[in-house]
Amino acid sequence: MKYIDEFRDGDVARKIADRLAVEARGDRPYSFMEFCGGHTHAISRYGVSELLPANVRMIHGPGCPVCVLPIGRVDMAIKLALEHDVIVCTYGDTMRVPASDSLSLTKAKARGGDIRMVYSAADALTVARDNPERQVVFFAIGFETTTPPTALAILRAQREGLKNFSVLCCHVLTPSAITHILESPEVRQYGTVPIDGFIGPAHVSIVIGAAPYEHFAEEYRKPVVIAGFEPLDVMQAILMLVRQVNEGRAHVENEFTRAVDRDGNLAAQQKVSEVFELRPSFEWRGLGEVPYSALKIRPAFAEFDAERRFDVGYKPVADNKACECGAILRGVKKPTDCKIFGTVCTPENPVGSCMVSSEGACAAHYAYGRFKDIPVVTA
Amino acid sequence: MNARDDSKGGAVRAGYVRPLDIRNGRIDMGHGAGGRAAAQLIEEIFLAAFDNPFLRQGNDGASLAIPQGSRLVMATDAHVISPLFFPGGDIGALSVHGTVNDVAMMGATPLYLSASFILEEGFPLADLKRIVQSMAAAAREAGVAVVTGDTKVVEQGKGDGVFISTTGVGVVPHGIDVSGANARPGDVILLSGTVGDHGVAVLSQRESLEFETTIVSDTAALNGLVADMLAVCPAIRTLRDPTRGGVATTLNEIARQSGVGMLLDEAAIPVKPEVDAACELLGLDPLYVANEGKLIAIVPAEHADAALAAMRAHPRGADAARIGVVQQDAHHFVQMNTRFGGRRVVDWLSGEQLPRIC
Repeated sequence: MKYIDEFRDGDVARKIADRLAVEARGDRPYSFMEFCGGHTHAISRYGVSELLPANVRMIHGPGCPVCVLPIGRVDMAIKLALEHDVIVCTYGDTMRVPASDSLSLTKAKARGGDIRMVYSAADALTVARDNPERQVVFFAIGFETTTPPTALAILRAQREGLKNFSVLCCHVLTPSAITHILESPEVRQYGTVPIDGFIGPAHVSIVIGAAPYEHFAEEYRKPVVIAGFEPLDVMQAILMLVRQVNEGRAHVENEFTRAVDRDGNLAAQQKVSEVFELRPSFEWRGLGEVPYSALKIRPAFAEFDAERRFDVGYKPVADNKACECGAILRGVKKPTDCKIFGTVCTPENPVGSCMVSSEGACAAHYAYGRFKDIPVVTA
Repeated sequence: MNARDDSKGGAVRAGYVRPLDIRNGRIDMGHGAGGRAAAQLIEEIFLAAFDNPFLRQGNDGASLAIPQGSRLVMATDAHVISPLFFPGGDIGALSVHGTVNDVAMMGATPLYLSASFILEEGFPLADLKRIVQSMAAAAREAGVAVVTGDTKVVEQGKGDGVFISTTGVGVVPHGIDVSGANARPGDVILLSGTVGDHGVAVLSQRESLEFETTIVSDTAALNGLVADMLAVCPAIRTLRDPTRGGVATTLNEIARQSGVGMLLDEAAIPVKPEVDAACELLGLDPLYVANEGKLIAIVPAEHADAALAAMRAHPRGADAARIGVVQQDAHHFVQMNTRFGGRRVVDWLSGEQLPRIC
């Protein structure tokens, strides 16, 4: 595949791996957090960690959109489908997120809920146009990548005067989650989570640009390298992080120059701020309440806000007690530290959200990396 | 398929029945009531297409002779697919290929098929005729006869146009022992061609995500390919067609059944560039996408070259490749050396394959 295979070239990967082996100092460990689920997926799917020196450890961050979606929010969508007879449209991965009462959107669909997987917010709008007699709610989740399309859908619905379309807005913000991790006691006080730097998001940064990360580099003295989602991007970013650490620098560097600049997509940012405003606080699965970390629909667009149109109040629901997703999302624990990993909690029956999407730390490790936990005898 | 004509003649002309209006007609509940309308449907659509001595006898079942000294193999498959017609095939051809291949994967020569149809009230007769003719053509090409069948009609909204169940019967010659439980460490894993063609072709036609593509389904009967392979390599351990769940899930099934592990070489697995691109776009992994005309063969290492040569000499196996080896592994992992230079587990498909968000 042109323009893609170039970034999956095994020979180049070996060259970067050789550089890493030379440049990563043997007398110290390196711990980097890849914030995005897209990076987690690439690392696992292509076996990137196999190519890293033993003292370079990747911590899987909370940037998996379905993983951080709290149970209470999924419950709202299920309630809309089952009790309000609404057509709920959402992205594929969201279908399997475990909710209350052993339900998920997939299971609610089996109970008669009209729940449809869509590839874009625009598709949800089409469903609304095609079903004028039904109410259609787009269950909008994701970081800054998926926010502009939701804004556009709302603007278009307003222009067309659609009366049966609304959005259950669960869009969250990357920079506030990174701040939350850096402010957490594990990182700041106890040092139990050593984070030497971040691999910055790929698609999110196309929208918001590189500038928002400058704060972390300056304020917290953590290097950030923005990287694409291909495995070579990740390898190169790790090499750049190792170099910054070795040189005692903490800068925002951009490996993903083919798509990201300092300012980002200004047109998209403008649409987002036209339609959305900050929520004072939002619950993240695993992180708890995070101040100013999510968006809600502005009053001017209230008629497209499913939370106002329907009586579905938000009720926080605690995670399963044995589930370590919270600690895993903060980088405090690894999937294998969780007692129910791979036993009670599997991709078929996810207990915690990290097991739901292949971007989640647990599912990625279960699906792609499990063999490393067990010595394998080859023939 | 009971085709007794029990009409007792009418006022106009004895024995005359006005032919079905194929162009505009639709299935109604009467076609499933077992009366004259049902008999007419069978006569004009099913018998006309499948015609053979077994059906012509008009019995409730078929009486079949079994070749001496061979074992009988039987396999059944239900077919539900949306859309019913897709690039490269339709539910009719698929319902023949699916079952013929299941029989062939036992090392058997498929001989006979049964077919039962669940039709939804309102289904266009023209579509039904097209599907049945496609089935008949597929059966002729595969050298099997549809010898018995059944038709039921369900009310509108209780079916999805048409569901087709087929059962196949075949015979295994003496000395052939093909089973998913036979893979041994050291064996070689062969794949007959590119992966993911069928799944992507069908996905491309789904209403919700139509996209322009030239990809056609690989749906095909594989009994000819299997016969050629067994002729040069009777020691084939395992044959399986990686349909739903794709190559990844099929290999995991075999690994568990045989109590072994596997190590694949990603670079050796053939994927068409357009399938690869579509999967990239949709966030899918070609290893988990369905195939309907491909097979996986596990053969002892010393026979691998001969088996591979036989596959490549057959039109259905032109792109055949050696994709990995069977190894000892108490955990039955299927692992893969990635093109990138790393190694990972290739796990079972869990749930439905859903696209990622980012």
